[in-house]
Amino acid sequence: MDSSDSKIYSLAGAISRFVKSGDHISLGGFTINRNPMAAVHEIIRQKVKDLHLYVHSNGQGLDELVGAGAVRRVEAAYCGNGRFAPTCICFRRACRDGEILVEDYTNHQMALRFLAGSMGVPFLPAMSSAGTDILHQQGFDKEVRNSDPAIPPAKLEVMDDPFARPGAVADRVVLVPAVNPDVTLIHAQKADMYGYTVIEGLTFSDAEQVKAAKKVIVTCEEIVGVESLKKRPQSVAIPGFCVDAVVEVPFGAYPTACYRYYDYDPVFLEWYRKTAAEAETFSDYVNGFIHGTGDHDEYMEKTLAGKGASVLLADPDKGYSVRIKRKS
Amino acid sequence: MRYTSKEMMVICAARKIRNTDIVFCGTGISVLAAVTAKCWHAPGCTILFETGAVDPSLEDLPLAVGDPRVMHRASAFCSLAETLAFLQNPKTARHVVGILGAAQIDCYGNLNSTRINNGESGEVRLPGSGGACDMASSAGRKIVFMKLERRRFVEKLDYLTSPGWLQGGNTRERHGLPGPGPCHVITDRGIMEFEEGSRRMVLSRYYPGESVRDLAARVEFPIDVESSKEAFAPTEEELAVLREKADPEKLILD
Repeated sequence: MDSSDSKIYSLAGAISRFVKSGDHISLGGFTINRNPMAAVHEIIRQKVKDLHLYVHSNGQGLDELVGAGAVRRVEAAYCGNGRFAPTCICFRRACRDGEILVEDYTNHQMALRFLAGSMGVPFLPAMSSAGTDILHQQGFDKEVRNSDPAIPPAKLEVMDDPFARPGAVADRVVLVPAVNPDVTLIHAQKADMYGYTVIEGLTFSDAEQVKAAKKVIVTCEEIVGVESLKKRPQSVAIPGFCVDAVVEVPFGAYPTACYRYYDYDPVFLEWYRKTAAEAETFSDYVNGFIHGTGDHDEYMEKTLAGKGASVLLADPDKGYSVRIKRKS
Repeated sequence: MRYTSKEMMVICAARKIRNTDIVFCGTGISVLAAVTAKCWHAPGCTILFETGAVDPSLEDLPLAVGDPRVMHRASAFCSLAETLAFLQNPKTARHVVGILGAAQIDCYGNLNSTRINNGESGEVRLPGSGGACDMASSAGRKIVFMKLERRRFVEKLDYLTSPGWLQGGNTRERHGLPGPGPCHVITDRGIMEFEEGSRRMVLSRYYPGESVRDLAARVEFPIDVESSKEAFAPTEEELAVLREKADPEKLILD
């Protein structure tokens, strides 16, 4: 490989090339950690609509996409921001108003669905949810499932262990269908020009989400030299051949955290909770802060209102900021 | 010694944690219970977050299980799929004690954290299962945290997210769920258990100063209170550990 094989894109270029209205996408990260926020904002800027969204436990990225009207269906285990929003705010309103359809799974089920997708198998067995409404209630009716060939005809299926000895009581498993998103978007700390990606700290399901997807956009804090990763291949979570676009976006997870780089912004997240509570104030936020800015640098500048992000910077020992005030 | 009902809840849960446990906890009072136990009578327990952080130092408390504070001085990192599998792997599952909360609970300890039906004003969406249903389906022991209120202790759940003892008796087994139902429900006024056989909720302990009749009135379904006893108040040492070691900044206790 040489530099002509480089996968480096601008953020606007990567989103316009790989994300289309109606796509099935998945977002990496977990609640207030490593959401691909710069990519989410660019999707909103480019007015992509009708997305079908897969997450396990997502908060900020999901909520801004839903609030901006970019999403029509969600398959998820958990939609919240911890202490900052026990249930995602725009998500709750969109459910109440019937603007989105939601299919509920458990975290392990979603993780297994991404794993199945990454393995090229059609399903995997889970041990959770027998006897619950997760198994018995459907968020998508038959018509919805028939309307899109990327949605399997059933949500979950119960099966007895086919390897049980005759006469013995068979274990019962719940089969979960594989997810193979059109596009997975994650934010990581480092990647090289070919897409080899380093995730520092917890990886959640990011690697499986990437490997399951048809196209992958990795935004990262820093694009690093190929040789620097070859010195520590054990730190590389994702091989380059899984990745289609690499975009360097410092603070690309802001306002969520990026371990060893910066913390979540509690001031913004509190402000967001109040702003998102009403459709009108949320729409002012989308127009002013997302459509009103050209890129993530401008978004950061506007959001931090000249205060700068230095208070959020991670303490080198702890990996998060020791200067932010977290008590509300 | 004065203490709050929140402190009492945390200490009652901490007392249930053993030295060999893997404590699968969320944020809020569940992480406080785990840290209090670890700093006091169960230094050998392992705290595990569903996000995959194994035994972090927790010198700064996380505000979400995805908070980078769960990563500091952790002993190992696992993926989500690996971590949740420890709930069902027989070798690890029997050591796991899961601590979970919800918006509603019924008389068999089934939980709702998905949606509430508010009649004419419509449906209120909640965050969903996350890892709660996984934990409730498989882990060796489960402790539930709930505020004792009639709107929470309901005859019928609006949605069954996480399985308790399902319809009681052996219905869990019949559905093929691998682990047992919950053992304790720790509230701000007392502690409930589940009767052998029927698996219906009974009042086991009421906190000092609470009246049994008042507790029963805060539950929508009939509840047996006959065999309940008064709970032990927190000791000075327990309170000191909780206040000075687990949450010195009062991030959660306030």
